[in-house]
Amino acid sequence: MAGTSGARQASSPRALAFAFFSQPMAGPLIALVAISVFFSLTTSTFLTPRNISLLFQQSVVIGTLALGQTLVILVAGIDLACGAIMVLGTVVIGSLAADGNIALAMAMGLLVCVGAASLNGGIITLLRLPPFIVTLGMFTALQAGARLYTNSQSYPIRSDFLTVLGSPAFSGPLTVTWGMLLWIALTIVLSYALNQTAWGVRVYAIGNAPNAARLNGVNVRRVAFSVYSLAGIFYFFAGWQALGRTPIADPSAYQLANLDTITAVVIGGSSLFGGRGGVVGTFIGALIVIVLKNGLTQAGIDSLYQQIATGILVILAVAADQYMSRAKRS
Amino acid sequence: MNGFVKTAMMTTALITLSAGAALLPVAANAQDQGYTIGIVEQQLANPFFAKLQQAAVAKAEELGLETMTAESQVAGDSASQISAIENMINRGVKGIVLDPANAFALVPIVQQAREAGIYVVTTNTSLDPADAADASFETDNFQAGVLIGQWARAQLAGRDAHVAMLDYDLSDKTAGARHNGFLEGFGITEDSPELAGSALTQANVETGQSSMENLLTSRPEINVLYTINEPAAQGAALAIQQLGGEVIVTSIDGSCAGVRSVADGEIGATVMQFPTNMGELAVEAIDTAVKGGEMASGVNNSGTVLITDSPVDGIESQTSAWGLENCWGE
Repeated sequence: MAGTSGARQASSPRALAFAFFSQPMAGPLIALVAISVFFSLTTSTFLTPRNISLLFQQSVVIGTLALGQTLVILVAGIDLACGAIMVLGTVVIGSLAADGNIALAMAMGLLVCVGAASLNGGIITLLRLPPFIVTLGMFTALQAGARLYTNSQSYPIRSDFLTVLGSPAFSGPLTVTWGMLLWIALTIVLSYALNQTAWGVRVYAIGNAPNAARLNGVNVRRVAFSVYSLAGIFYFFAGWQALGRTPIADPSAYQLANLDTITAVVIGGSSLFGGRGGVVGTFIGALIVIVLKNGLTQAGIDSLYQQIATGILVILAVAADQYMSRAKRS
Repeated sequence: MNGFVKTAMMTTALITLSAGAALLPVAANAQDQGYTIGIVEQQLANPFFAKLQQAAVAKAEELGLETMTAESQVAGDSASQISAIENMINRGVKGIVLDPANAFALVPIVQQAREAGIYVVTTNTSLDPADAADASFETDNFQAGVLIGQWARAQLAGRDAHVAMLDYDLSDKTAGARHNGFLEGFGITEDSPELAGSALTQANVETGQSSMENLLTSRPEINVLYTINEPAAQGAALAIQQLGGEVIVTSIDGSCAGVRSVADGEIGATVMQFPTNMGELAVEAIDTAVKGGEMASGVNNSGTVLITDSPVDGIESQTSAWGLENCWGE
């Protein structure tokens, strides 16, 4: 709808600018470009093909995981267990692959991820419990579960198939890994599903106004459940990405992935109250978090200041979101 | 049967009998004194803590003591340890082996225990102040840092140094001591131009990898690396492998996986800690004190051994083959 109104009023630059800024991903895109330009000017190593490739490689795991998180947040939920589910998936894959059966390992990994995510969704939608508490409980339980399952050991991954996402699809000055292509493809597919299918319309509808959606015949609980289960598939892909990037299935990895994904989603312009935002914004949001960390390291800034910068950015993003939605309403 | 054999048999029988008679009162004594000790560990999912607890329990059994055991649920969980010690005081244990989850939080309860006449020995890390417990058996982490610092300096053989440090939260006592020890051993300070960069990791493979990627991109000349532990070093090795560079990698811990990385050449040198020594020495100290012997006191080093396959003159070290026979974990 923003597109049609923008086209109609294209004669006025002001209207054109408004049409652009009212896109949820406009803010994150501007922020990403601004931060990148800043680091390109202030450091000599930021804007090099090798570093740009590295930025994407460092983003794929959290970026893929955050696609699932975006879905959950769009229906006004939250998933604090996403990282723990992914890690459980990786250690299941790692342990079974150590016995040599790669296909079984992948199948069980997918089953564990979708199963755990569906369990979240089932408890939240059937028992009507707050997502924050349910997934917090799952986060704690699954993290311990992964440690018990592995006896706190990690499994080195030797299968080329399991680590394929970390290997280059094209090498040249700019190395592109299979994992980057998968991340981009998943973002496009999910964006299409959200914007062009009836299911997508329902997801936004129950995030925006669950009662109105119910009155219009949407089965709110079923759609919400489908969202949590589908998120599990993205957690599985994120786990595969993680094995490609670091060929070790490690129960102590990605302990803060839940917060990192929420940061990416929020910086990417999705509303924590549901119903507004999208996965393209999250894609950009995940890149922003990594660009900031990478750039500040290259500028020689201490890690603790990097965390402060990320924290401030999250608050700015939420403030901008609130400001925009209030401006629209009035 | 001749006289000689008869005499020999008689003598043997007599010796056996008298030895048995001599042992009897001791056995009875042991039963009188078959007292109970408490062993309070940190989360046993960590193989280091598990090894320490096993060693303490085994030593207690060897000495004929009963044991009560408890552990914290997650890192830093002092609350579980406090309730465990309360239970042990009620139960009337005579000694407690404690691996404090927090240097300050456990001080008051340890004071209560000591007022109740219980001899308390800390292991792995001490309380703050250290004399809040009767004695402590732990790795001298500063000394461990000094060892790898000296070794790295010797390996450089006069070349210019460009040092990177992969730390863990420096307010953690162990992490701070290792970091400062390395600087001291290498002969630099926080402000030395030779310090090319540092990053905070979560002491695991994943964060070690991305941190080292960022540091190496901005400062490809980095040629010496300190890491908080072996998983962080293994992550850094992945980054070095991808981005290239000749880096002298040093670490601390002495886990079996870490020693294998020394054997593979991923890690140049590591310092082994000895959880078994900590557990055994602590229980022996309690037993000696309870039986009225000399009371151990102060902070005692449970051993630090440099493990490397590139030994240097003047620094005592062991090979990775020796390391594999003496390491902890799987």
